[in-house]
Amino acid sequence: MDVAIIGIGIHPFGRTEGVTGLEQGVHAAREALKDVGLDWNDMEFAYGGSSAAGNADSMVSKLGLTGLQFINVSNGCATGGSALQSAYMAIQSGMFDIGMAVGFDKHPRGAFTVNPEASGLGKWYGDVGMALTPQFFGMKIQRYMHEYDISEDTLIRVAVKNFRNGAKNPNAWRRNAFSYDDVAQSQMVCHPLRKYMFCSPAEGGCAMILCRADKARQHASNPVFLKAVAVKTRQFGSFEVFSQSQALERAPAPTVQAATAAFEMAGIGPEDIDVAQLQDTESGAEVMHMAENGFCADGDQEQWLREGHTEIDGKLPVNTDGGCLANGEPVGASGLRQVYEICLQLRGEAGERQVPNNPKTGYTHVYGAPGLSGVTIMAA
Amino acid sequence: MRSIADQIPIAQGLFTWPSNDPRLLGSKCLDCGVVTFPAQSGCPACCGENTEIIELERRGKLWTWTIQGFLPNRPPYEGPETPETFKPFGVGYVELPNQVRVETRIQTEDISRLRIGMEMDLVVEKFIERDGKDIIAYFFRPADES
Repeated sequence: MDVAIIGIGIHPFGRTEGVTGLEQGVHAAREALKDVGLDWNDMEFAYGGSSAAGNADSMVSKLGLTGLQFINVSNGCATGGSALQSAYMAIQSGMFDIGMAVGFDKHPRGAFTVNPEASGLGKWYGDVGMALTPQFFGMKIQRYMHEYDISEDTLIRVAVKNFRNGAKNPNAWRRNAFSYDDVAQSQMVCHPLRKYMFCSPAEGGCAMILCRADKARQHASNPVFLKAVAVKTRQFGSFEVFSQSQALERAPAPTVQAATAAFEMAGIGPEDIDVAQLQDTESGAEVMHMAENGFCADGDQEQWLREGHTEIDGKLPVNTDGGCLANGEPVGASGLRQVYEICLQLRGEAGERQVPNNPKTGYTHVYGAPGLSGVTIMAA
Repeated sequence: MRSIADQIPIAQGLFTWPSNDPRLLGSKCLDCGVVTFPAQSGCPACCGENTEIIELERRGKLWTWTIQGFLPNRPPYEGPETPETFKPFGVGYVELPNQVRVETRIQTEDISRLRIGMEMDLVVEKFIERDGKDIIAYFFRPADES
């Protein structure tokens, strides 16, 4: 049973004073229903999640107590991707015809606060000052730059590109383009990563309505088909966030596994993708994820960025909506925001940031603590 | 100098203590040989449960590093600094020969000299004071500063 996305909705990302995270999720859900002309009553099931803004299933008291199956999903930064994966399976199994994946969040300002014990770590790990995700990002890209001869120039170019794209996105949080020098001279946060190379915790909501592919055109004239969905966790030897130690032997990242599984499922390869959204928690992540997802060889990113291959008019536009850098990261909604953007691009509705020449295939990738990745491949 | 009784390790089982030559404690899988830090009963590589506790090497090489540039959130951070006194500190993974790479805070007189591959030594010393006692933690320091 193939699965289609027939409705998409978003609550603008950023800071919305006086609106709870849950209400932002409800707004996104209603926008998705409106997009396809359906009612909440039509939903047979929902999967939803947030990490800091409450239980998604409590949305039913605002959307309507219809008795539907609503399951909460909690999977770190991959929460949205996991909700989508669950909704996909619910339809693919034949159990349901139509339902919703939804995510939202509202995080306080500043870096994420981590409870080490909830992640299976000793309390001491937080006491001494190592339970900080930016340190992991700094250390992973530090090693990667050393091994593959990537320079700071590439990190800067990624940030400049994503903020430039974000400036063209009415739902983005950061809508100011930064110059190369703005990024290059911003404060060092976790060497080699600077302030304007990082995304920030934020707020927002996103929802999509999924349906059996064979019934999609009964509801929508512009369905987007989910060709593959894959979620993988870390294997022994990969370099992951919050690891008190690492193995001497090295294994591919969970992103490599998820990407490989997704391409196999879709029956196409990286060269067939027209537009991609790759997790850019910071510049370094986008750089490494270009290779981990199979779009270029390790080390080729330097040339790709210099030659503009990942710009909106390049051979593989990446993070056309500004990515996490310009949208911020409301954890529960972030992965679905990527899917939302790909749907817009494949429907030809991305406005000022529309990828030229009618893109037909799109790709999303999310990475989350403590080491999992979710990938989707979509086609118009 | 406080007596041993007033020096409390930040966590039990992380390193040998009290000791004049403290070592980090890891676990080694008796089936596949993989070493893990801190010690744990299950093997993350072969999924077996046949592990023993071993003392880890005290010298290794810096495998990667970063510099924590802002004061971490409290909780969970318990370091002694205030926003006024905070100075960026190093964090990295030190590769201990034939064993494992250990994540650690780095002590150095000059954070700008951190480089992948530099030799690092284990130091176990006071991190903070709590309830009139010294809380002892582990760090690594460039070998030429030891």
